[in-house]
Amino acid sequence: MGKPIPIRPAGASVPGEPPHPPRLAPASALGGGGPRRRTLSADAVFRGVTLAAGAMVLVVIVAIAIFLGYQAVPALGRNSANFFTYQDWFPDSAPPAFGIAATGFGTVYTAVIALALAVPVSLGIALYLSHYAPRQVATALGFLIDLLAAVPSVVFGLWGRDCLYTPVRELSAWLNHYVGWFPPFHGDGPYGRSFLLGGVLLAIMILPIITSLSREVFRQSPKANEEAALALGATKWEMIRTAVLPYARPGIIAAVMLGLGRALGETIALAMTLGNTNILGFDLVTNGGTTIAANIANKFGEAGDTGRGALIASGLFLFGITLVVNVIARAVIFRRRELTETAV
Amino acid sequence: MAKRIEAVGVTAYYGSFKAIDSITMTIEPKSVTALIGPSGCGKSTFLRSINRMHEVLPGARVEGRLTVDDQNIYDPDVDVTAVRRVIGMVFQRPNPFPTMSIFDNVVAGLRLNGVRSKPALAEAAERALRSANLWDEVKDRLNKPGASLSGGQQQRLCIARAIAVEPQVLLMDEPCSALDPISTLAIEDLMLGLKDRFTIVIVTHNLQQAARVSDKTGFFSIDAAGEPGRLVEYDDTEKIFGNPSVPKTRDYIAGRFG
Ligand SMILES: Nc1ncnc2c1ncn2[C@@H]1O[C@H](COP(=O)(O)OP(=O)(O)OP(=O)(O)O)[C@@H](O)[C@H]1O
Ligand SMILES: [Mg+2]
Repeated sequence: MGKPIPIRPAGASVPGEPPHPPRLAPASALGGGGPRRRTLSADAVFRGVTLAAGAMVLVVIVAIAIFLGYQAVPALGRNSANFFTYQDWFPDSAPPAFGIAATGFGTVYTAVIALALAVPVSLGIALYLSHYAPRQVATALGFLIDLLAAVPSVVFGLWGRDCLYTPVRELSAWLNHYVGWFPPFHGDGPYGRSFLLGGVLLAIMILPIITSLSREVFRQSPKANEEAALALGATKWEMIRTAVLPYARPGIIAAVMLGLGRALGETIALAMTLGNTNILGFDLVTNGGTTIAANIANKFGEAGDTGRGALIASGLFLFGITLVVNVIARAVIFRRRELTETAV
Repeated sequence: MAKRIEAVGVTAYYGSFKAIDSITMTIEPKSVTALIGPSGCGKSTFLRSINRMHEVLPGARVEGRLTVDDQNIYDPDVDVTAVRRVIGMVFQRPNPFPTMSIFDNVVAGLRLNGVRSKPALAEAAERALRSANLWDEVKDRLNKPGASLSGGQQQRLCIARAIAVEPQVLLMDEPCSALDPISTLAIEDLMLGLKDRFTIVIVTHNLQQAARVSDKTGFFSIDAAGEPGRLVEYDDTEKIFGNPSVPKTRDYIAGRFG
């Protein structure tokens, strides 16, 4: 077992993030009779290039924000309804009335359904691939999953609309009949083009990301610790709980957050499968529902001036949600990393 | 408590490669048995067959009989996890669980056995840490990560973790090879202290260490690269280091190997 001690060195990367570059001592501090001027200028050039690249990102982000704000503000000024609490979307009627209560809710609701369905399945598949499957099976299945990640969302949308629709409609009727007492299944129909269809489709779409990222972290779990757990008399599942899952937790969180980010931003597949009505409610089975991104895709073509501004405002709000999700994810991962890093 | 181990014709393979051939030896209870020999002669492989850790590697398998107090641990109806609970193991490199505190590391095995009661865990942790000569150094920081200790302390933590479940046999694969001389002596003292309670089998490249701590010594060797390892001589440590009966052993002890 020539494995190194399983401690993350300071600056070790959390899966999915590039490692921090090592901090180099400035060339002059090394002294010596080297060609000092050349080293310095190369250093300065490098610093300049990286600074410019960093600044560029910032400039682009600010430019986008200013552009969006500039387009959104006039429309928001003309809005006769409360942007945050109003459900419907009539920006081009007189007076304009639009709000993101229903679309924002739909965005979060479909993402939550997708996560609830995809996370357990993904983690199960990932564990199977990393710790249970024979090598050939793991390679083949892993390849298929990566292939699934490469399917364009519009293809998912077509497939969801034409193939997934009927089973989901029948499942909805079944759920309503047998588990109808549970409010989300209570709706009377018609069934099919519902949050359930969108959520299931979204779950399938985010499954590959979560699976392949968490498979990588599971694979990297230190073999020395797995052996330590087995040698204590752990069964395979106990070994996984003792030595694999705790080690992989930050990576799992990162994977889930990436999946959530994709789910929140997914546009065309949901525009093609949801009922596209602005409903605000937990009914999973009845036709209807939309999301911010799907609403933008559906309405942008026919929108007038105020309509466009209104859609851009909702896009800004979506950007805000994903930003918050990302910040929370970073905070969780970072706190975890601090915990393991104090271990060094 | 401590158990007698009898190996009869134990042969171990990695896939089609035969790593050790027909090892037969009896390891006495409440004693320290050292396994020595050149690199690649199958000491680790044999040690890992004693608690059935050999077979966790893909394609690895063991033939022959290995009885622990007359129970063949390779019988088909034997529960592997039960075997490993009775036969603990300490690895060459300290391998505390990186996400767990010192305390959680020590009681990890007990938790796996279903012990939940806080006082029972605390008591067992203290007992194990005292046995591992680590208690005084860590008693004020039991909630710190296990990986925050020095290498020698980590290895003693791993020993504490292994003995916390009260195994009857303790297998140690070069437990001091990553440690400084002071920590090495600490662990040797520890082994001498533990042998009233456990049967200890230790693999070591340090002949002085084998001579200092062990009661019996087994010398493993290979005839040529690619050949399986064999047990060349197995006897009282004094005999092996004083007057071995096989010339090959004498050469190895005298440093005239290969
Ligand atoms: N995982 C493995 N897969 C295939 N062959 C292995 C594996 N581990 C060990 N071997 C082979 O089995 C033989 C015995 O190895 P083993 O590790 O038991 O030797 P050792 O006596 O412990 O050596 P060392 O003193 O260097 O630790 C060697 O030829 C080695 O190459
Ligand atoms: Mg070895």
